[in-house]
Amino acid sequence: MIIEGKVIKLGDKIDTDVIIPAKYLKSTDPQYLAQHVLESIDPEFHKKAQGAIIVAGKVFGMGSSREQAAIAIKAAGVRVVVAESFARIFYRNAINNGLPAIACPGVTKEVEDGDLISVNVETGEIKVGCRVIKGKGVSGMALEILKAGGLIDYLKKRLQ
Amino acid sequence: MKTLTEKILSRASGTDVSPGDVIEVEVDLVAFHDLTGYHVIEVMDKVGARKVSKPENLVVAFDHLVPPPDVKSAEIQQAVRSFARELKLPNFHDVGYGILHQVLVERYVMPGQVVVVADSHASTSGALGAFAQGMGASDVAAIVMTGRTWLTVPQPFKLVLDGEPRQWITGKEVSLELLRVFKADYFVGTSIEVFVNEPSKFPMDYRLTVANMGIEMNADSLIFIPDEVTRSYIESMRNVKLSKVEKPDPGAKYVDEYTLQLNNVDFLVAAPSSVDNVKSVRELSNVEVDMVFIGSCTNGRLSDLEIAAKIMRGKKVKTRCIVIPASWSVFKKALELGYIQTLVEAGCVVTYGTCGPCIGGHFGVAGPNEVVVSTSNRNFVGRMGSPQSKVYLSGPAVAAATAIAGRIAEPGEVL
Repeated sequence: MIIEGKVIKLGDKIDTDVIIPAKYLKSTDPQYLAQHVLESIDPEFHKKAQGAIIVAGKVFGMGSSREQAAIAIKAAGVRVVVAESFARIFYRNAINNGLPAIACPGVTKEVEDGDLISVNVETGEIKVGCRVIKGKGVSGMALEILKAGGLIDYLKKRLQ
Repeated sequence: MKTLTEKILSRASGTDVSPGDVIEVEVDLVAFHDLTGYHVIEVMDKVGARKVSKPENLVVAFDHLVPPPDVKSAEIQQAVRSFARELKLPNFHDVGYGILHQVLVERYVMPGQVVVVADSHASTSGALGAFAQGMGASDVAAIVMTGRTWLTVPQPFKLVLDGEPRQWITGKEVSLELLRVFKADYFVGTSIEVFVNEPSKFPMDYRLTVANMGIEMNADSLIFIPDEVTRSYIESMRNVKLSKVEKPDPGAKYVDEYTLQLNNVDFLVAAPSSVDNVKSVRELSNVEVDMVFIGSCTNGRLSDLEIAAKIMRGKKVKTRCIVIPASWSVFKKALELGYIQTLVEAGCVVTYGTCGPCIGGHFGVAGPNEVVVSTSNRNFVGRMGSPQSKVYLSGPAVAAATAIAGRIAEPGEVL
């Protein structure tokens, strides 16, 4: 699975309260959540996110376990999130909702906002122009869930 | 030679595990609350099976938006309540019991268990010697349906707490000290195993706060090695006799080790808007404060209310001050011991166990440019309300002293 897109760069420790505040958690509707994703950083984020790749710093998605954070990012049109590291719960939520997540230490030094990059989800290879950076590809159980399209579809198959 | 994490996960997976292994485990206890519960049920409905594999292992407690502040919250609770009735869940706690993590440690969690909660502060249960992780609604739905999940065995880290904390210094200051030293990203992928050299000097309430804050350190889990404090806590709360508890093997291998001298820990505060932006109270003594919140799954326990009452006795608050005992049991004991009366006489607003202001939900949402000192766990932008509000995280003594002084203060400044 190779994904190409334009980079939206974010900082370190982007927490799930910032991704989607608690006041929106009474809904799981992807389109509603997408309207508010990362709005305290950039109220226009959702308008720029279609087809984009997020490249972020350390422990992306830290904090609350709210799955709406992953749902909102995906519904806004972000195709993959690459980060220096991920918070454990967010990483699982992303995979469970069919949003690929690649941990790649050093990536924020190599990639700038607006760069066009390609990401190989399984090998973790990230191409920026003619340079290649090696991240941690999605593997094992996480890859099976991602290939099924998310945990709901994975469970449907498994429980049949 | 195995760490406690490896022993628990070996037992739960039926295999001999090592750090880094991806394993499938049997989950001993699974839980959700109102605000994640409806999402868990929605996932189950999408999968097409409202099926609970082991109802006796599922705990549900309403805490986030209770009693409901609006119609949508009421509808969410109606949906979860009817699910609990339909499936005859034996461990359903409606409005009236308190915060889920506190209900879990008071009534259910045992040392050596694998505990998964649809809420990140699941880590709290690690104080009792359980391997406890928060997960999202989909993962938790899968566990409710199948009784199992997958996870990566974390790298073990040994933390030793030595000596005795000074007066008014609690588990919160210890957590903030760890965040000051290690920052919020150091423990990613790690299980912190905590050894207390003098168990009676670091009581259960302090341990629950440190374990709760384990998720703010981004640890995969934070486990206190069970000792006589663990045993007496469980036996006194539940009228049970605890049999032999699992401990790490002597000589078990840890990736690294750190000893914290408790008597060196100072009054600390996490300044906006990051849990690891830790400063001493002295550096912040000019910060004027609008509202103080004493409560949450981090610091809403009896010892927190005791400290607040001792500092506020006979004085009046200068800030708005909201106090929320974490559970019905905590509230009742605090009433019996006179803490609630003292706090009310000092001018605090005391209310029933809910997450409330911690998530900017209700009962004290912060307005634009307001400054809040909170004993809760997160000071992220917008966490407690307006993105323009500023939240400082502290322990109960600093929070109480701040409410009296009207600015960030140590207890010695108001006593």
